[in-house]
Formats: sequence, structure tokens, C-alpha cells
Amino acid sequence: MKPVAVWLKDRSELGFAALLGAVGAMVLVDAAGLNVPYQQSDGLGPKTVPYIVGTLLLVCAVLLAVNILRGGAAEPEDGEDIEIGTPIDWKVVVPLVLVFILNILFIDLVGWPISGTILFWGSVLALGGRNYIRDGLISVALAVGTFYGFYLGLGIHLPAGLLKGVL
Amino acid sequence: METFNLLMQGFATAVTPVNLLFAVVGVLLGTAIGVLPGIGPAMAIALLLPVTYGLEPTSAMIMFAGIYYGGMFGGSTTSILLNTPGESATVITAIEGHKMAKAGRAAQALATAAIGSFVAGTIGTALLATIAPWVVQFAVSLGNPSYLAIMLLALVAVTAVLGSSKLRGFAALGLGLAIGLVGLDPVSGQGRLVFGQPLLADGLDIVVVAVAIFAIGEALWIAAHLRKTRSQTIPVGRPWMGKSDWKRSWKPWLRGTAYGFPFGALPAGGAEIPTFLSYITEKKLSKHPEEFGHGAIEGVAGPEAANNASAAGTLTPMLALGLPTNATAAVMLLALMQLGVQPGPLLFEEEPKLVWALIASLFIGNALLLLVNLPMAPLWAKLLQLPRQYLYAGILFFATLGAYAVNLQAFDLVLLLVLGTLGFAMRRFGIPVLPLIIGVILGPRAEEELRKSLQLSGGDPAGLFSEPIAVVVYAIIALVLLWPLLAKVLRRLFPKAAAEVGELVEPVVVVPEAGTGTGENEEPAEVQVMDIHGPRHGGKTRR
Repeated sequence: MKPVAVWLKDRSELGFAALLGAVGAMVLVDAAGLNVPYQQSDGLGPKTVPYIVGTLLLVCAVLLAVNILRGGAAEPEDGEDIEIGTPIDWKVVVPLVLVFILNILFIDLVGWPISGTILFWGSVLALGGRNYIRDGLISVALAVGTFYGFYLGLGIHLPAGLLKGVL
Repeated sequence: METFNLLMQGFATAVTPVNLLFAVVGVLLGTAIGVLPGIGPAMAIALLLPVTYGLEPTSAMIMFAGIYYGGMFGGSTTSILLNTPGESATVITAIEGHKMAKAGRAAQALATAAIGSFVAGTIGTALLATIAPWVVQFAVSLGNPSYLAIMLLALVAVTAVLGSSKLRGFAALGLGLAIGLVGLDPVSGQGRLVFGQPLLADGLDIVVVAVAIFAIGEALWIAAHLRKTRSQTIPVGRPWMGKSDWKRSWKPWLRGTAYGFPFGALPAGGAEIPTFLSYITEKKLSKHPEEFGHGAIEGVAGPEAANNASAAGTLTPMLALGLPTNATAAVMLLALMQLGVQPGPLLFEEEPKLVWALIASLFIGNALLLLVNLPMAPLWAKLLQLPRQYLYAGILFFATLGAYAVNLQAFDLVLLLVLGTLGFAMRRFGIPVLPLIIGVILGPRAEEELRKSLQLSGGDPAGLFSEPIAVVVYAIIALVLLWPLLAKVLRRLFPKAAAEVGELVEPVVVVPEAGTGTGENEEPAEVQVMDIHGPRHGGKTRR
């Protein structure tokens, strides 16, 4: 890797600082576009709080960037099932996110029983499940079970999609 | 006396078959998620938020209270048998508890943790029932300026005192406040941060925000670092204690409770500091200080009691003032708001049935937990063998289902993914999630109080300081913010006194910073050292 790339990789937190700055700027710009209709009764108006929040975010972004450039580093969160110190396993995370997006696209189209099955099955696969048949059966049972559970138990009608009329 | 009558009425509501059933369900669920890694009470309640729409608010809150207390009972089981504390509050339990388990005293460690939790939970709940009405009486006399000041104190305290980096805490707070801004401004009716998107006009659904940050972000983060090697669980029989164990446990239980409750009730007090204080107290008072670090029962009894008492303490400001001071209380408050109950000092007046049934069910839940945990501990430990792919796929599955069920629109799932990714990034970059969630909850309410205060004073900023309580609270906020600076100055001015006081004050000030590893903090380092040297010494004395 080029030295610049290495330098940036060690300071990926700068990306988060940039995100903070962007959100802060967005809040400020949005607030600037607001009207102040009731100057008499609402002395503060709708703008003041967004201005404070936006400024807070910008200040945090700058301070965080300075902190990182001066060698400060965040402490990633620890947990019971976490092997701390390992790099992020993108081979797990990316498929998980893709399966999640697939569900967003399909849920209204094909219905929850099918998209939910894909969501669970895909997630198990991404997380390293290799017992395909058992995993599949559990997925179908969960998706169909929650469909009926919500329908009968809570009165929430999840989309049946393609299986409309069948279920 | 009036409190007692109200409490008895609460018991009458809580023991109806339906509510009792919800208490049992909550207690079982809570213990299960406490034992399971990667899922805590805050996440569990967030996942259950959508399911509770159809429920009576009282039943839902009874279940959530069971989950809250149950999560702590279950959490101690994991830290004793597996030495993997799921949350910072059980770190101390893991130190001594796991050593006890290794030395073949797992049954006694589990027993002192469970019975200590029960004792502390019961005393804590009794204190809650006594103190909360008193706090309410005081709070209803406060005007908007004072209430605004107290909210700001909660925001600042959670942000600046907890976590290892204040800067990162404030970054999280800023993000939370920004999320809270989205939607129509209640006074002028204009959309803020809506970007012409009608789906955003009602604001971001707080259920979606909570599920995204607590469930999606956490599940993705764990998936990214999933432990490949499974740690070994120590097999255990039925928990029991001998006579000498009782004798050595009961005082630590009471002292732990005395530490836990007040810290839990303070904004940003949390459970970490009292568990730690309880540990060093027991170590100092113990007749067997040499056993500390090798499995001293006092070191499990005290901190576990402190942990549970702080949970009861946390519920005091949550119920009496509508102020959440930890993640679980924050999500429970969200649940109340979702169920159409307005949190705040008027809650006791407007919803006495709910409040007192909830408090009564805490007593019931505590007793149930003792029954569920003592004989069934070996069974619960089996839960740890659940294949991890099912656990984390399940979290993603139910998070999606829950967020979608709120409004039945796929757009909420897009928000879920975006905010879930934010939750993931925050965990990667050490940004605490608690200030964000508290910012989302309290931000809009603080703005409302601010605007009301200024309306009352006709726009004069002096109106914010028109009440003595408000002025006092602002002084406390200033002290919290300036404390590091002040401490430095004081240390320089009075080096001698500081050295003497340091021993007493240091743990309190330093514990929340324990994660920074700056080397200044003596006490936490000491615990670590003991942890490292423990087995070596243990070899000498035990084998």
C-alpha cells in the first residue's frame, strides 16, 4: 500500500469527524432557511436550537479531527462475543447488509413470508451457518410464524405479497 | 401511609392473572437475554417495542421491568461461568465470581449473586416507592426554567461523566439532538431537516431510531468481530450457600445496596461506579483480604447487590421526573411515550394505576427471579450453546420485523439501515450510544421548555434564571463541565491535601475514565493487576 493510503487507513476516524461536520453544516443550512413567523409570542423561534445543535456538531467535528491528528484514537466497543483487536470482517458485514437491502426492496413486492425467509437464511449464511437444510427450515418457520403471529396476535397485517390467498 | 395504600392497590393490579403472566414472561425473557451474549435489556426492550402496541400500557411496563431486573440476574450468571462480562457493570462480578467458579465454588458464587440481587432489588424498590412520591412533590412545584435546567443537567452529566472521552460523548449528543430536530417544529409548523420528504415530516420514529442504534448497529458490530473460538463454560450444579457464605455475604449485600441506589438515581451515576466502590470497600473491610483476586465471596456479593440496587435507583428519576439516566431506562421511557403516556412529574398523578402496579410488579418480579434463577441456573447456562449465527441473524430479523410493523412502510427499513450503519460506525470509533439516545428523547422536550420559559419572560433571557433551583442546577452543570480543569488547579494549589484526599476521591472521579488507559487511574489499574496475578497466587494457596 502507498504511504498515503496507510496513513489514511490508520486515521479512518477522520471520516467520522467529516460526517459530524457534514451533519452540523446540514443542520445550520436547513435552519437558515426557516421563517420566524411569531416574533412576539415565540421569542426564541424555530431557528435557535438548530443553530446551537449545528454549532455543537461542527465544534465536535473540528476538535475530533484535531484529536485524531495529534494521535488520539478511539477505543472500539468490547463485548461478550467480540474478539477485540481483530480487523472488521467485511466478508460477513457486506453480505449481511446486502441481504438487508434485498429485504427492503422485496418486502412490499413478494411479501414478508418470502422476504423474511431470505433475510434470516441469508443472514445465517453470512454469519457462517453451513447446515443449509436446518437453516432453511428455521427461516421459513420464523417468517411464516411471525406473519401469523402478528396477524392473529397483534392484528398487524404484514404484506402477504405473492402468497396472497395462499396464507 | 398514603404511599402504602397506593402500593397495595398496585399489588392488586399487578397480581391479576394477565399482569402476572406478563411479569413471568418478562422475567424469563430478561434472564435469557441476560445470559445470552450480545443482547442486553435495552436492546431486548427496543426489539419488543412494536409488539407492545396492542398491549395495555401497564402490562407492557410490567413486562419491561421484568426484563430489566432479569437481565441483571442473567448477566451475573454469564460473567461468573464464562468470565465475559457483557456490560461494564458486571466487570467486577466477573473478577471474583469467575475465580470462585474456577476454584469449584461456582454454586456459591451464583447463589450469593442471585440472593444479593434479590435483597438489593427489594430494598431498592422499597426505597423507590418511598422516595419517588417525595421527588414528585418537589418536582411539580418547579416551573419551566427549573425543569429545563434539570434536563440540561441530565444531558450534560450523561455526556460528560460517562464514557472514556468527553469529546466523543458530545459528538454523540449532537447527533442525537439533530435526529430529534427532524420533523415539524411544534410552534411554527415548519419542517426542520425534512428536505421536502413527506415521510420525514412526522419526525423519525423513535422506535426505529432505538432499534437501529441498539439492535442493528450492535448485531453488525458483533458480526464483524465474531469470536471464532468458543470460550469454555464452567459446568455448575444447583446454586447453594453454606453457613459461612451467608455470614460473609449479608453485610456486603447491604453495603452494596447503599452504594447502588443513590448512584443509580443520579443522572450519569450509573452502575459502574457503585459496583467498583462496593468492591474496594469489601476488600478493605474483609477479614480475608488475601482472598481478593482469587475468588472472595464478598467481592461477588457486594458489587452484584450494588448493580441491582442501582437499577432500582435508575427508575426513580425515570418515573418521578421523566429523566432517563441509562440506556434501559431510556428505552423504557420511549415505550411509555409510544404507549401514549406522557412522562414527567405528573405521571404519578395522571397514571397512578400504572406507576404503582409497575412498582408492585418490581417486588413480584424480584421474588420470581430468585425462584427462576436459583434452581434453574444450570439450565440457563445451556443457553450459551445457542449457535451464534442464529442469535445474530435472529436479532437482525426481529429488528427488521419490528421497525417495519410500526408503520408498514419499507422507508422505515431504509432509515433502519442508515441509522444502523451509524450505530456500527459509532461502536467502531468509540462514540458512546447513550448520549445519542438521551439526546433524541430529551432534546425536543428541552426545546419546548426553553421556548415556554422565554414566552413567560417575554423573550428576556433572564427568565431562564428566574427560579432559585434553576440557578443552583446551572451551577452544578458548570461544575460538572469544569471539573477536570478545577481538579487540576486544586491539585496544584494544595498538593499535600490532594494527595491525602486523592485516595478517597480518586476512584469516584476516575472510574468512568477507566477505559482511557491514561495511566493516571490507580485503582482500576490495581484491579487489573490483581486479575493478571490472580492465577499465579491462586496456584500457591489453592493447589
